[in-house]
Amino acid sequence: MSLARRIIPCLDTDGESVVKGVQFRGLRRQGDPAEFAARYDREGADEIVVLDIAASRDRRPTFLETIRRVANSLSIPLTAGGGIRTLDDARAVVSAGADKVTVNTAAVERPELLAELAAEFGSQAVVLAIDARRSESGWQVWTRGAREPAGLDVVAWAIEGARQGAGEILLTSIDRDGTRSGFDLELTAAVSGAVGVPVIASGGAETPQHFREVFEEGRADAALAASIFHENLVPIAGLKRFLAGCGVTVRQLSGAQRC
Amino acid sequence: MKLTLVDYGAGNLPSVERAFERLGAPTCRATRGEDLAGAEAIVLPGVGHFGALARALACNDLGPVLRMALERGVPMLGICLGLQALFESSEEAPAEAGLGWIPGVVRPLPANVKLPHMGWNRLRRVHPSRLLAGIPEDAWFYFAHSYGASEGGETTVAVCDYGESFAAVIERDRLAAVQFHPEKSGESGSAVLRNFLELAR
Repeated sequence: MSLARRIIPCLDTDGESVVKGVQFRGLRRQGDPAEFAARYDREGADEIVVLDIAASRDRRPTFLETIRRVANSLSIPLTAGGGIRTLDDARAVVSAGADKVTVNTAAVERPELLAELAAEFGSQAVVLAIDARRSESGWQVWTRGAREPAGLDVVAWAIEGARQGAGEILLTSIDRDGTRSGFDLELTAAVSGAVGVPVIASGGAETPQHFREVFEEGRADAALAASIFHENLVPIAGLKRFLAGCGVTVRQLSGAQRC
Repeated sequence: MKLTLVDYGAGNLPSVERAFERLGAPTCRATRGEDLAGAEAIVLPGVGHFGALARALACNDLGPVLRMALERGVPMLGICLGLQALFESSEEAPAEAGLGWIPGVVRPLPANVKLPHMGWNRLRRVHPSRLLAGIPEDAWFYFAHSYGASEGGETTVAVCDYGESFAAVIERDRLAAVQFHPEKSGESGSAVLRNFLELAR
């Protein structure tokens, strides 16, 4: 079995432009999502995620146009999300060119949404995003941009989400997000070991070693990061060379494209 | 060359269209059998549920017209669910009939691996392949599926090993199909589409 562990750059946007902000404060515009996406495709990224972190209704058409532009620039899969609440929202995102959609708060409020999405697009197109915060007894699910506790246990919700039809879990550690102190390995391993669907680890990456750890100890199937790629602190081709050297199966570009 | 994509309402057609456009091959869409008239090459893309595809093929006269095109030797490429549709049926929707051009049943991938089989994997070649001509043996392709066909026999020219072996590339005369998504597989996927255009000429 040679399925590669995936490296996924994430483009957090305000609908139109890539932004960076800690805990949704102090958003700073960083550039054109389509340009970032095309660069990551060339550098050997395995997928791209583009999120509308503002997710305001008024700006929806702008975000759909952004998805269209990003999709047009890619020869690899694209996942889009942020503010998807209904089947119609998801249809618009898929029609704009996304291969997969992520849902978060809306799925917590109405888990059947996952089943409806899977029936229409197939499980492989449905990504359940879970924002997890450590508690005394494990991890709790938080929603609404990680501002409200949902009263759900993360591992139990991941299992239920997969049962409903999610084909993948995008698991973000709120505690680690933005800290650059490494992925939450314990959280990732707990969820990855509990569900039969792939798990994308997110939150806390800074160094290539962090990625190695999340694949080996965290048993993640994919790892996602944003600013370290945007700022080119960790170039993707170099990251993959490092991982391959450690014995982690990764897809490296062949021939002239190899750095 | 008139390159026609079968549009049954669920596939992610734009990405397939873009991938062919990049190769200088514009496409048109067919939603009914009559739209396939004059097609010089046909692509059956696919994401979603086997049942939805089987019903669409049955109700818009697409199935019979595709069969006639096959018999006329029109080059065809099935992608993902479009490969599975070539078989007699799928356990994903046991009541629905596939095109039945290749004997066998599509079955779930084994439960001892994570499903869906999602991400980049390699192929193992078992017969010479025109679709894979010139592509390095260790090239990566993007898969996203939970069902597979392991009964393609001689028509299976490359397999993928994930839990078990299933058909990754099928070729028979001018009929070809791939379980992965060439339109999402970067440069190696683009090379597969280029090879299809070549064999369709």
